[in-house]
Amino acid sequence: MVALKVGDTHEAVVIEGVNRSHIVKYAGASGDFNPLHHDDGVAKGLAGYPSIFAHGMFSMGLTGTMLTDWLGPVALKKYGVRFSKQVWPGDTLTAKAEVTAVAGGLATIKVTTVNQNGEAVVEGEAVAAAG
Amino acid sequence: MAEGYEFPVDRTQVMLFARSLRDIRPEYSDPDHPATKAIGGMTVPPTFVQCSAHWEPNYALDITRPRILPGKDARPQREGGGGGGGLGRGLHAEQHYEYHHPILVGDTLSVTMRPGERWEKQGRRGGKLLFSESITEYRNQDGVLCVTARSVGVQTERAVEQ
Repeated sequence: MVALKVGDTHEAVVIEGVNRSHIVKYAGASGDFNPLHHDDGVAKGLAGYPSIFAHGMFSMGLTGTMLTDWLGPVALKKYGVRFSKQVWPGDTLTAKAEVTAVAGGLATIKVTTVNQNGEAVVEGEAVAAAG
Repeated sequence: MAEGYEFPVDRTQVMLFARSLRDIRPEYSDPDHPATKAIGGMTVPPTFVQCSAHWEPNYALDITRPRILPGKDARPQREGGGGGGGLGRGLHAEQHYEYHHPILVGDTLSVTMRPGERWEKQGRRGGKLLFSESITEYRNQDGVLCVTARSVGVQTERAVEQ
């Protein structure tokens, strides 16, 4: 377990160059076969997007690997995010964490994942055992 | 309107899901690794419960799943046209988990879902936005609540502008 204090930070590049194979693999593993994430015909034609894009949960899951690589796989008590921007094929994602409070043995951690342009794609908060 | 189903936490499924997130830590696949033994057995990634979709009856976003009509011969229903709120204009807006008790490989989870709040807002990027929440609870074979998940979906009037 990692001993956490206010101001501690951690970050990791969680994926370089998202490609369609990554997205399709996530679809198969998770069971989410929404065609917006693998069928350009649906994404462009029916829904009006420039192409398919990754599942929000793919970005949240990748962001989760930054947290578990840092804190271990059983430290999290809460983990929640808002999907701020879509992740497109070609994007590179960096997940960042900062401890904003520690109380009662629990650390509150601000979580932000940005794309290669520095735009937030996932923003949220985790609570973990403070160690 | 809670409806329940069982979700067995299978070792292969956990490995596949972890790999799809480029995560190869041993606690998700290797029962004999010291790191796995140190935490009491193989566990699952923080977002793993999403895989319950495979076991959810009539899960709308598995559009090619063969369907069996109740009371009819066992044959696939028409494919596609899932009709769920998530297709087309539907997007996942938020996802939140609370972890109450560890999930271990080999658990059989009971899954119950209920609708939460619904609200409407005028969006800057996609016209009128209709939000709806669903709350899912995952209990293990001993009846212990392991995870509470809150999902927020949004229906947009047009494609979200980038």
